[in-house]
Amino acid sequence: MSVTVAAEELPEVQSAVKADAAPAIVMEKVSKWFGTMQVLRDVSMTIAQGERVVICGPSGSGKSTTIRCINRLESHQEGRIVVDGTELTDDLRALDTIRREVGMVFQSFNLFPHLTILENCTLAPIWVRKMPKQQAETLAMEYLTRVKIPEQAKKYPGQLSGGQQQRVAIARALCMKPKIMLFDEPTSALDPEMIKEVLDTMIGLAQTGMTMVCVTHEMGFARQVADRVMFMDRGEIVESGTPVRMFEDPQTDRLKLFLSQILRGH
Amino acid sequence: MAEIAAEAGVPFAARQRPPAKVVGPAAWARRNLFGSWWSTALTLVLGYLILRFAWGFFDWAVVHAIWTVPYDAQGHANSAPCRAQMGVGACWAVIADKYRFILFGFYPYDEQWRPLVCIALFLALYAISANRRFWRRELGLVWIVTLLLILLLMHGSETLGLTVVTDDRWGGLPLTLLLATFGLALAFPLAVAVALGRRSRTLPAVRLLCVVYVELIRGVPLISLLFMSSVMFPLFMPQGVNFDNLLRAQVAIILFAAAYLAEVVRGGLQALPKGQYEAADALGLSYGRKTRLIVLPQALRIVIPPLVNTFIGFFKDTSLVLIIGIYDLLQSGRAAVDDPVWQGFGNEVYVLLALIYFCFCFAMSKYSRGLERDFSRSRRR
Repeated sequence: MSVTVAAEELPEVQSAVKADAAPAIVMEKVSKWFGTMQVLRDVSMTIAQGERVVICGPSGSGKSTTIRCINRLESHQEGRIVVDGTELTDDLRALDTIRREVGMVFQSFNLFPHLTILENCTLAPIWVRKMPKQQAETLAMEYLTRVKIPEQAKKYPGQLSGGQQQRVAIARALCMKPKIMLFDEPTSALDPEMIKEVLDTMIGLAQTGMTMVCVTHEMGFARQVADRVMFMDRGEIVESGTPVRMFEDPQTDRLKLFLSQILRGH
Repeated sequence: MAEIAAEAGVPFAARQRPPAKVVGPAAWARRNLFGSWWSTALTLVLGYLILRFAWGFFDWAVVHAIWTVPYDAQGHANSAPCRAQMGVGACWAVIADKYRFILFGFYPYDEQWRPLVCIALFLALYAISANRRFWRRELGLVWIVTLLLILLLMHGSETLGLTVVTDDRWGGLPLTLLLATFGLALAFPLAVAVALGRRSRTLPAVRLLCVVYVELIRGVPLISLLFMSSVMFPLFMPQGVNFDNLLRAQVAIILFAAAYLAEVVRGGLQALPKGQYEAADALGLSYGRKTRLIVLPQALRIVIPPLVNTFIGFFKDTSLVLIIGIYDLLQSGRAAVDDPVWQGFGNEVYVLLALIYFCFCFAMSKYSRGLERDFSRSRRR
């Protein structure tokens, strides 16, 4: 477990939830099995545009699988998932549309090691969005500046630290101008001193009103940024609510146990 | 490290060079050759054997060698001086007399400038392709044009005023280069396609086809495949339909090489972390773009060493076509000493052939090592 950043250190983030608009993500009774093992059990949620949701839970609870279902890196077997008004099916065209609108940041960065930082960022805009190269590079530099590493543009991912790589990964996803950003444990593979720089970048992103779904153990971040926290265990959503309510007044024994485990040692 | 040392206040001048006992050739020899009584004994015995062999070879190849022999009035070589020295000294005169047959086989003597130009074209093609500055789309076009030009030159054309030489008279080095270059150039794309097909999750029929193809071809020796193409294949074809022998051998080599290369490429595809596929998917890249831009560039870099290993193996395996009567470099060399004048002087010819094969294979190996180094440099550090 990584160091939790205390809420007081972080800047204030205004809520940007647009409750009246069409929801960004709808999951209805989604179930999934790996072989005979059920990893998701009737997971249902509605995430509004501009909403920031943190999903937490013990390992193996299905939180990663849940957000990987949102851009169909995993396919669900029962239930319904609608992202930005498009239902996820085997239809490849619907899949293309959704992946264009949903950016994802991985635990292990997954930058392309054979391409420079700039090429990593311009690849998808050029090939998927059909953007002219010049324009894509301007855009990439803009986002690299925003994650505070424009000077690394000509280097290769292997030459950067973990924290820098993860910030590039965020910039790479943002270059596609997504409407929704998914974060799958973005700080879990980082050394403690690099966690803050990545969290700061994510907070900066939250301030722009981006719809964000984060799987993370960073409770300080959740407290500061999240509109809602969901607690998952054994493939189902056990409890959800505002961060303050969840952390200060947990209703279920499973969440109480989880919180006591995660806060031990801090 | 340097900054750390400087910050810690350790002056560089105070550092001494390591003692000569630790570095330098003498220390190297002491450590690696004479480290213990056992390794000292091994060094002495092996050193003696190597020197003994090297001296024996030098004695045969240079000291007692005969470089020229007299020719009679009709221009026939007289090998009597060589025969007198047989077993004692090499007779390099056999190569001086027969080199054109070794290099070009039964290709008409007066037209042999054409295969010579072809060899030059092949070498130029390799040289251009080796330079990474030219790795562009146009290079593919250069390959196609050059290879067609080589075929045209070898075959000839009445309209261009070049005597037609049918491919049963082709031979020697150009034929070896032809079989190897066409073989690998066509086998490689096929191998990539088969490797991708074998990993396809959405097209089970294609995957099955690829598995069957690879396992069937790998299950039989190349020789039997060549025999099949040469002897059995015509039996199955209707009367009158006949492809020529060289083409069939070439197809057999391509199919065989592709099966092996496909497994090498598949190894690279498997070595690529799953996250790379997922990141490409998450960015919305299509299968084709993901494969071309993300997967293959990385997978092929990973497998450069085994890939070149297979290339080198196949370059030499082309010599197996001799069993179906095609005169490649090796077979031309063997045939050269069938001449009654030069019977028994095979050693000299084989030394030359070995040298030629070695040059090509060593160049490939050396180049691949450079490539690996360049790629790993851009990847890490």
